[in-house]
Amino acid sequence: MAATTALSSASRRRPVTWGTPLTYVLALAVAAISIAPVVYAILGGFRTTGQLAADPAGLPHPWVWGTYASVLKQPTFWHELLNSTIIAVSTTIGVVVLGVCAAYVLARYKFRGREGLYIYFTLGLLFPAAAGILPLYLLLRDLHLADTHLGVIIPQVAFQLPITIVILRPFLAAFPAELEDAAYIDGTGRLGFFWRIVLPLSRAALVTVAVLAFVASWNAFLLPLLVLQNESLHTLPLGVQNFSAEHSQDTAGILAFTSLGMMPALLFFSFAERQIVGGIQGAVKG
Amino acid sequence: MSLAGRAQARPARLPPHVPGRAARTRHKWYEIILLTGPAVIVFTLFVLTPIGFAAYYSLYKWSGYGWPTEFRGLDNYIGPFGAFRDAIFRDALRNNAIILVGSLVIQGPLAIGMALLLNRRFRGRAVFRLLVFVPYVLAEVMIGIMWQLILQPNGTADAILTNLGLGHLITGWLGNLNVVIWTMLLILTWKYTGFALILFLAGLANIPVELTEAAAIDGASWWQIQRHITIPLLGSTIRIWMFLSMIGSLQVFDVIWVASTPAVRSLGASNTMATYMVDHGFNEREWGYGNAVAVILFAISFLAALLFQRFVLRRDIDGAQTQGVT
Repeated sequence: MAATTALSSASRRRPVTWGTPLTYVLALAVAAISIAPVVYAILGGFRTTGQLAADPAGLPHPWVWGTYASVLKQPTFWHELLNSTIIAVSTTIGVVVLGVCAAYVLARYKFRGREGLYIYFTLGLLFPAAAGILPLYLLLRDLHLADTHLGVIIPQVAFQLPITIVILRPFLAAFPAELEDAAYIDGTGRLGFFWRIVLPLSRAALVTVAVLAFVASWNAFLLPLLVLQNESLHTLPLGVQNFSAEHSQDTAGILAFTSLGMMPALLFFSFAERQIVGGIQGAVKG
Repeated sequence: MSLAGRAQARPARLPPHVPGRAARTRHKWYEIILLTGPAVIVFTLFVLTPIGFAAYYSLYKWSGYGWPTEFRGLDNYIGPFGAFRDAIFRDALRNNAIILVGSLVIQGPLAIGMALLLNRRFRGRAVFRLLVFVPYVLAEVMIGIMWQLILQPNGTADAILTNLGLGHLITGWLGNLNVVIWTMLLILTWKYTGFALILFLAGLANIPVELTEAAAIDGASWWQIQRHITIPLLGSTIRIWMFLSMIGSLQVFDVIWVASTPAVRSLGASNTMATYMVDHGFNEREWGYGNAVAVILFAISFLAALLFQRFVLRRDIDGAQTQGVT
């Protein structure tokens, strides 16, 4: 493998080229189509509803900062941001802890029923989470978890476990058995090996599954829509929907609120792009 | 690393007490139960059990309180007022089919074509990758509302078409009952094509350059190389993307829910199985009926997934697992 890599990099005279003009035109066009609506929404927040109605495709003239300012002054926005953060962070921690424990056993313990247990978890990938959402809501209601953040967090952890285990298992299985033997001779059991050696060395894979869980939770809509009736518990996606329903005439306001609602995801993504893209590619390979 | 270092720095000694074989086995099982138990319980209780309950509730007429008592057999499915007899539900099935097939035949070729043309290192590739992925990371709800405003009557989309001299194409993107599902497909295409493109670019990166170079030396044209070498080698990535796209299309909810109005949905113009299920089961408290729809959604997805795995994905998954372990 090393030989072929060396060969291919040697045969590629200039590793980074300017590409053909066609590549550039196409890349620019695709990138423009991808972000144009988002840019439109952000710019729209700097216009008045009157400006938007008079010239829907124009630029801000003059630039209006008040719409964004008034959204940022609303306690609702910050409250929803906080709710989204609480739910997403808790979900992520839950998924990583439960997922890595289960994946470790599935990767490194030899026992009867191991493959069966793995297939059991992968069943979750074969049907959409939406299919069970109505009885799930009833179950949460009966457990007194409806209208609580926990009622969103725990099911989200459950939804995310299959993909997490599918990504982590081959990674954890790849640790050489010699490493485990050495740890055992040093007096460390399987649990000690897991805690002291596997976990610290798995940071990259754990970050990947964590980022995937975080994004899934941050963008979730259907489950919070059913579970969280109380508006003070609402997350940002629900908040954006509420705002657009309550201020349906205020186009500029909706655009400003939506743009601000998208900001955390955009910022997070620009920092974690490698993990998100790598995680999805890893998930697809596994 | 520091923890690992400390573990190794200890003097080598045997484990404190060497237990017998049976005790070791018992100990191992304790660990297995301790480590997998929480995941198994949470997964079973919140992912699989609800499906079982859906099947049970779907046999009753039930307002959602107490225990269901009015047993109706399969009436919620095939009775005179069952889901399959409701034209609006059949519209939802058709709409899901449009989204599923439309996603596969539009996003697939589009993303493969772009990936082949962009499969070279060029300056700004990292920035390009970042921008193309933006629609995928944003919440469906937010981009749904954004597109709703862009497409509203006399909105930005109409203004751009007018400026391009294409004003005669303007229609009620979100109000015309014959058009609205295609508008939804357009929004979904915008959101998910970048995802397919990123996957395919990653798949292409795994194809050794030597193969295409050798073909080029033998006189193969660019198109022959793509057609006979690159695309076949991309096969497993394409098939796995198809699987993900299929499951996603069957459960489409968020974009439809916010970008098309309840009135348009209730006429069957833009509804999907998932929106129909929430409209009836949750909003109108027809829990038995809503759960019947849930079971249909589950059955279609599960059957499609199993058939796809059995006949299309089999090789890919075997290969992927051996790759992962070595």
